[in-house]
Amino acid sequence: MTDIEELFDELEYGPALEDASPAYDWLRQHKNVFGHWIAGKWTTPGRDFKSKNPADGSILAELSQGTKDDVDSAICSARLALSSWQSLSGYQRGQYLYAIARQIQKNSRLFAVLETIDNGKPIRETRDIDVPLAARHFYHHAGWAPLVDKELPGSQPVGVVGQIIPWNFPLLMLAWKVAPALAAGNTVVLKPAEYTSLTALLFAELSYQCGLPKGVLNIVTGDGETGRFLVEHRATDKLAFTGSTEVGREIRKATAGSGKALTLELGGKSPFIVFSDADMDSAVEGVVDGIWFNQGEVCCAGSRLLVQESIAEVFESKVKRRMATLRVGSPLDKAIDMGALVDPIQLRRIQRYVEIGKTEGGICWQSEVDLPEEGCFFPPTLFTGVHSSHTLAREEVFGPVLVLMTFRTHEEATLLANNTRYGLAASIWSENINLALDVASRLETGVVWINSTNQFDAASGFGGYRESGFGREGGLEGLWAYRRAKEDLLPDEKSSSRLFEKKQYPKSSKTLDRTRKMYIGGKQVRPDGGYSRSVIGYSGELLGEVGEGNRKDIRNAVEAAKSASRWSKIGAHERAQVLYFLAENLEARSEEFAKCLATSTGISGQQEVQSSVRRLFSYASWCDKFEGIVHQAPAGQIVLALPEPIGVFGIICPEESALLAMVSLLSPAIAMGNTVVLVPSEGCPLAATDFYQVLATSDVPAGVVNIVTGSKSSLAPVLAEHDDVDAIWCAEHVELGQIIEKLSVGNLKQTWITKGSRNWADSNIGEGREFLRRATQVKNLWVPYGE
Amino acid sequence: MSTVDTNEAQDLVLSVRNPGITLDLGWLTCQRINRSAAERRIKDLAGRRTVKKQWQAAWLLRALTCIDLTTLDGADTNTNVTRLCAKAKSPLRTDLVEELGVISPQVASVCVYPSLVEVACSSLNGSGIPVASVAAGFPDGLTKLDHRLTEVVDARASGASEIDIVIARHWVLSGDWHGLYQEVQAFRQAAGDSKLKVILGTGNLGNLTNVSKASLVAMMAGADFIKTSTGKEAVNATLPVSLVMLRAIRNYYEQTGFPVGFKAAGGIRRAKDALMYLMLVYEELGKDWLSEKYFRIGASGLLTDLSRQLEHYITGRYSSDRRHPMG
Repeated sequence: MTDIEELFDELEYGPALEDASPAYDWLRQHKNVFGHWIAGKWTTPGRDFKSKNPADGSILAELSQGTKDDVDSAICSARLALSSWQSLSGYQRGQYLYAIARQIQKNSRLFAVLETIDNGKPIRETRDIDVPLAARHFYHHAGWAPLVDKELPGSQPVGVVGQIIPWNFPLLMLAWKVAPALAAGNTVVLKPAEYTSLTALLFAELSYQCGLPKGVLNIVTGDGETGRFLVEHRATDKLAFTGSTEVGREIRKATAGSGKALTLELGGKSPFIVFSDADMDSAVEGVVDGIWFNQGEVCCAGSRLLVQESIAEVFESKVKRRMATLRVGSPLDKAIDMGALVDPIQLRRIQRYVEIGKTEGGICWQSEVDLPEEGCFFPPTLFTGVHSSHTLAREEVFGPVLVLMTFRTHEEATLLANNTRYGLAASIWSENINLALDVASRLETGVVWINSTNQFDAASGFGGYRESGFGREGGLEGLWAYRRAKEDLLPDEKSSSRLFEKKQYPKSSKTLDRTRKMYIGGKQVRPDGGYSRSVIGYSGELLGEVGEGNRKDIRNAVEAAKSASRWSKIGAHERAQVLYFLAENLEARSEEFAKCLATSTGISGQQEVQSSVRRLFSYASWCDKFEGIVHQAPAGQIVLALPEPIGVFGIICPEESALLAMVSLLSPAIAMGNTVVLVPSEGCPLAATDFYQVLATSDVPAGVVNIVTGSKSSLAPVLAEHDDVDAIWCAEHVELGQIIEKLSVGNLKQTWITKGSRNWADSNIGEGREFLRRATQVKNLWVPYGE
Repeated sequence: MSTVDTNEAQDLVLSVRNPGITLDLGWLTCQRINRSAAERRIKDLAGRRTVKKQWQAAWLLRALTCIDLTTLDGADTNTNVTRLCAKAKSPLRTDLVEELGVISPQVASVCVYPSLVEVACSSLNGSGIPVASVAAGFPDGLTKLDHRLTEVVDARASGASEIDIVIARHWVLSGDWHGLYQEVQAFRQAAGDSKLKVILGTGNLGNLTNVSKASLVAMMAGADFIKTSTGKEAVNATLPVSLVMLRAIRNYYEQTGFPVGFKAAGGIRRAKDALMYLMLVYEELGKDWLSEKYFRIGASGLLTDLSRQLEHYITGRYSSDRRHPMG
């Protein structure tokens, strides 16, 4: 038989290798040695570590480990470039981004091949997904550059931005970070992951060819130590990190109280939910895209397959059948589904997880795919017999390992899906739109894909809830991450507390002694500890006592706030009614509140009460007007950016404007559907304790607002550490802010440490979209259509 | 899902002719096809699979052997049908066959209108290439049932060993699955030993869920092949439609053990397109389905493009249509 006849009978795919020589030629042009890219030129290379091709272990290049000095000079160069970059018009900045987008397209295959040999991912993915999406990101943001000043009013660029990106989508993550940063008028120091620096270096060279002014983009290579220098450097204004939750925590800790803006895009254990009425064969392909895309080294990988019990058996066999047709092989082969893992370390990590999975009683199923004999390869893996208590159902494997679990009802599906510390993405498969949207609304994840998975576009935001991080990348919501308010609202240097040095006089005995309690779960409760603190008036007179709150009071208050979560489910109009009613009732008692404020401050409280009424009215109005947007998504998709409440808020009120500041912080939070545990002013807590009577008479459901009086510095840390508190606002001095941010790492709660002594009466700085944005998180919901 | 005992089904081998099963309406009701996801699968597959070099040549040859070389034109006469039959017997220039070093390939069948079956049979005499006839009121299937059945019987009597019947689309559009089932069963009976290919006219069926249901009913009624289109609809074979039909075939096979063939017809003119269909069948059903026994492409112009690509494989130069004999 001839060759062809034999092949005719066998009918195999045969090898289809992409020619990698252009990438090797490029490396050779650099003699396979690279320095850092700082101030528009290469530094003298250090030859400190090697970049390898994980598919065969060969050495691609020798790279430099960024030292403290390197990071310093990169940040200096970014700082120097900042003013001239910002003095360009938006259109001019847009032109550079546009040129970069064009250059990525013109060199698309070189980028694709270089990425594939450096990272090990299939050429199909770099060619069809990573590189086109990276170009798209620059196009999209080239368009934002001239629009950003007008479309994001009241904001300005953050400044010098330090960015640290992971190894799983090296060029794409660079694009996600660099494009919005530059478009918004910032300059950048970026550190690629040490395994995969090469496309970033090619990108640097290309940006030079586009004429990007020197210093606007700096790239420093190196491992975690270099990253630490960047994180700890005082002279950056913002840090943006994509990577593991573990490192995200360290960064949060290191930047606590620094006033640096921070966005974190971290890990996930994303659910992939298949209902009995799904198009099952299509859902199986979804599984392939969900977990075996990029070898499963994807933060939003659909690694938890939840299947409705009634179809579980059929679906499992369909998945197994499909697994048998997956092809694993040379990443340069154009006809494979999975390439190499990034590094032997990652391979060992995955193997370890698989062993744990087996030990814990999971049943491991791997199809008999031919694996290359050398290199970092691992077969597609399915675990059945896994329960939510198993390690594999809880921890991010970051590899091609899928666990299958079943559920009985959509209620249970939602519970299982949300039973994780993460909240990055989710995929829902059902042909029932009511069911799909219901579950989508209840999933606590930043992205939800209906009947699809791993869809990305520059126009829509990506980012997590909970311990998957905060901040968004892409779209309008992503752009905000690179802007800050024009008014300087950094936290106060010192607490404005001024009331404890005063002489004290005894209480007048004309009235009956009053007991001000805490307000928890809609009830007035005595402090757990049984201690009270004195409240001293302006003239030194003892005005009364409030409870001395302790950690148990906070615990009870958080519990009450958590169980009041139905508040987020009622309609915006109904929430508005409650806030309007609050305004009404406060106004009705304005004389009394004005007097109360006057005894504390010595000045008439009338204006403050009036402002507070107006503020309540204002946020009542906002309830049904702070809306999401519909993104300009790829054809055939509706992508909804939905602002959702974050959950349980801790609010630490300032000493200034005891009533107005409290109302200004409280009302946006509850207007957006959050529930609140509030620690009022220490000096003038009576405004708060009187306010609970207004709450109680205004139809505010029990637990929506909880007030714990006491020492801010002892109560704030308890709130900051509490894993059921999802966000914390502190309008206080910087030291307390630092403590809060340091302690917030447990569940990576969102923090806002801001100025307490602002002019709260000024509606430009005391209320508005900034508050509402911070009171919400954006869920991007992808709904494809077509029949 | 199915009325057939699955244990029994597993013992059956791939060569068994599908006898059909009792109409199972319960199975139909759980068919749900999501078009967006089906289209995504197709788009994705185009990037996930490719064949190159000698493997590509082998696949192109395989595509060639799966062609139902077709002429269904109002202007068909004895002469162009005879010419087509000659092309069917030697679809590839002999020098190319020699260069490839293969045994002379043949197409799967020649497909014509009923009145031209006899001409085709005599032209192909001795070649072993079967003649397929369209029938049953082709292309719309709206003549009276007894006429359509007679047409099938006549085509068979004229020598057609494969009959491509069209379904009356109204059964699907009105959801009368029982009516469709009975009609296809009647055709199956009329076709006797001849292979029955059931054309669904997918371009008329409204949505992919209907395509899936019609596919299942045709198979339950005893179709040997299910076929996308007549070539006369505004939209004929497409990859998403084919995907749905192939998945229906797989489900039917898994449930009953009976293999059913797939024929894509209409609009497949390029070698590149044909390879996409082959790869789709390979991925969804497996290699066993990729022979003329279970896979056909209804086409005419495609053969020329396959020849051009095979010549390119041999010479490294891009070839021209005019260097290959027309069919």
